[in-house]
Amino acid sequence: MQYPDNLKYTKEHEWILVDGSVGIIGITEFAQSELGEIVYVEVDTVGESIARDEVFGTVEAVKTTSDLFMPVSGKVIAFNEEIDEKEGDNPAVINEDPYGKGWIIKVELSDLSELDKLMDAAAYKELVG
Amino acid sequence: MDTLKHTPLTTIHQSLGARMAPFAGYLMPISYAGIREEHMAVRNGVGVFDVTHMGEFIVRGRQALDLVQAVTSNDASKLAIGQAQYSCLPNGEGGIVDDLLVYRLPEEMCSEGEQAFLLVVNASNLAKDWEWINRHNQYDTRLIDISDETGLIAVQGPKAVQVLQRLTDIDLAAIPYYHFVKGTIAGIDNVLISATGYTGSGGFELYTENDKLPALWEAVFQAGEPDDIQPAGLGARDTLRLEMGYCLYGNDINDTTSPLEAGLGWITKLKKGPFIGRDLMVAQKEAGLTRKLVGFTVKDRRVPRHDYVIESESGETIGIVTSGTQSPNLDIPIGMGYVASPYAAAGSTIYVVAGSKRLEAEVCPMPFYRKES
Repeated sequence: MQYPDNLKYTKEHEWILVDGSVGIIGITEFAQSELGEIVYVEVDTVGESIARDEVFGTVEAVKTTSDLFMPVSGKVIAFNEEIDEKEGDNPAVINEDPYGKGWIIKVELSDLSELDKLMDAAAYKELVG
Repeated sequence: MDTLKHTPLTTIHQSLGARMAPFAGYLMPISYAGIREEHMAVRNGVGVFDVTHMGEFIVRGRQALDLVQAVTSNDASKLAIGQAQYSCLPNGEGGIVDDLLVYRLPEEMCSEGEQAFLLVVNASNLAKDWEWINRHNQYDTRLIDISDETGLIAVQGPKAVQVLQRLTDIDLAAIPYYHFVKGTIAGIDNVLISATGYTGSGGFELYTENDKLPALWEAVFQAGEPDDIQPAGLGARDTLRLEMGYCLYGNDINDTTSPLEAGLGWITKLKKGPFIGRDLMVAQKEAGLTRKLVGFTVKDRRVPRHDYVIESESGETIGIVTSGTQSPNLDIPIGMGYVASPYAAAGSTIYVVAGSKRLEAEVCPMPFYRKES
C-alpha cells in the first residue's frame, strides 16, 4: 500500500496535493481497494465553492456507493476528464493509479491554514494500518 | 479477538489473496480477482464458491414429510428421492422466517417406514430456523443439525459439467436441474452432487464432510485448469443472483415480507393442505396484493442501493429498494424493490432517491439477464 509523502490525507480517505493555492484531490489506494471496481464517478459541482467536509461528488463501485468529501474549503475548478462520462469515462483509472491519472478534482483553496488539520502520510498510514 | 468462524478453505482463500470479510459469523471471501471478472468467469466459463457457511439440517423419521409440509410453503410431497425444491418457511404472521432448499434424501439411511430430508438454510438464520422448526415439530421425526460438519462448494457456469466430469464416473449431464445424486467424485465418497445453484448459469453444488473439502477444492481446480477455472466470492454471488432476480434473505425478503408480494407464489402451494401461514396467504391472495417486488433498470449512471426510497413522478413515496448493483452483464445499474401495486407493471416509470438526486427507473421483467442463444 502506497502513502506518498507529498500528500495530505483525510480520515475519509481522500488525498490532496497542493501547489500554491491550487489543490488536486483524489481517493487513496486504500479507499479504492476497499471500494473495489469503480464503475462511475459523479461530480456535478464544478464551479461551486464547497466547505471543508462537505460532499463534492459520489463514487459508484459494483458493491457500494460512497460520497466524496472536500479535504479543505475551496472552489471546484476542474473534474478529471479521464473519468468524466462526458469525456470518455474510464473510472477504472482510479483503481489503477489512484495518486496519478486517477485524480478526481482540482480546487482553488480558500483557506490554506486548513491544510494543517489534515494528516500527513505517517498519520494516515497509522489510521489505515 | 477473533470470534469469526473459519471454513475448511479459509487458509486457501487467504493464500489466493482474497479480500475477506465477516458474513453471518464467518470470515468469508468477498472477491479474489475482482467482482466483475469472477462474475464473467461464471457466466462464460466456470467459477467456484465456498458456501460452507450455509446451514444444513437433516429431518428424519416416520413423519418427516409431515413436518416439512407443515413448516414449508412448497409441496414437498411432490419430491421424488433425488430431487430438490426451493421453498420458504412462512412465519405465520405474513412474513418469511427464511428461504431454503428441501432435498428428499435416499431412504438407505432410514429405518423401515422413515423418510429423510435435507434442509439447506441461510447461515444468518440458522439459529432462528433451528428453533422455529423444532418448536413446530409435533411429529414422530427428528432434526439433526449437521452444519458444523458439512462443507459446501458451488461449481457454477456453463463449463462446470465438463470440469467435474473429469473427476467422476457418474454421468453428470444426466442429472436434471434441481436433482442430485450421492456418489464418488475426486475419489471422495458420499458427496452430495446437486444440480442447483444461485447464479443462473448452471453447475453443481457439492456437499461433503468438512475435512474432505480442501481435497475436493484442490481436485476441482486441477481438473478445471484447462478451462481457466476461477475462485469466486460473495460479491460475484450477489451480482449473479441479482441479474437473475433471485431473492436474498435480509435484502429482498424478511420477517415482514409476504412470499406472494415477493413473487414467490410459485413456491407457495396453497392447495397442498394446511401449513404455517397458509390462511393468511389465502386471505392476502383474495384481497389482492398492495405491493409487489419488482425489478427495474435505472436510466442514469448512479446505482440503486438497499433502503433507497422509491417515488412516483409526483414525489409520493411508493416503495423501497431492496437490492441494487451495477450489472456486469448488462453494464447498467439494476435493482429490485417493493412498489405499490399500481406501479408494478413492466414499463412503469418510477424514481429512486439517491441522496439529493432522483434517478428515473423503469420496471422490467426478471430475470434481467438471459442467456444468449
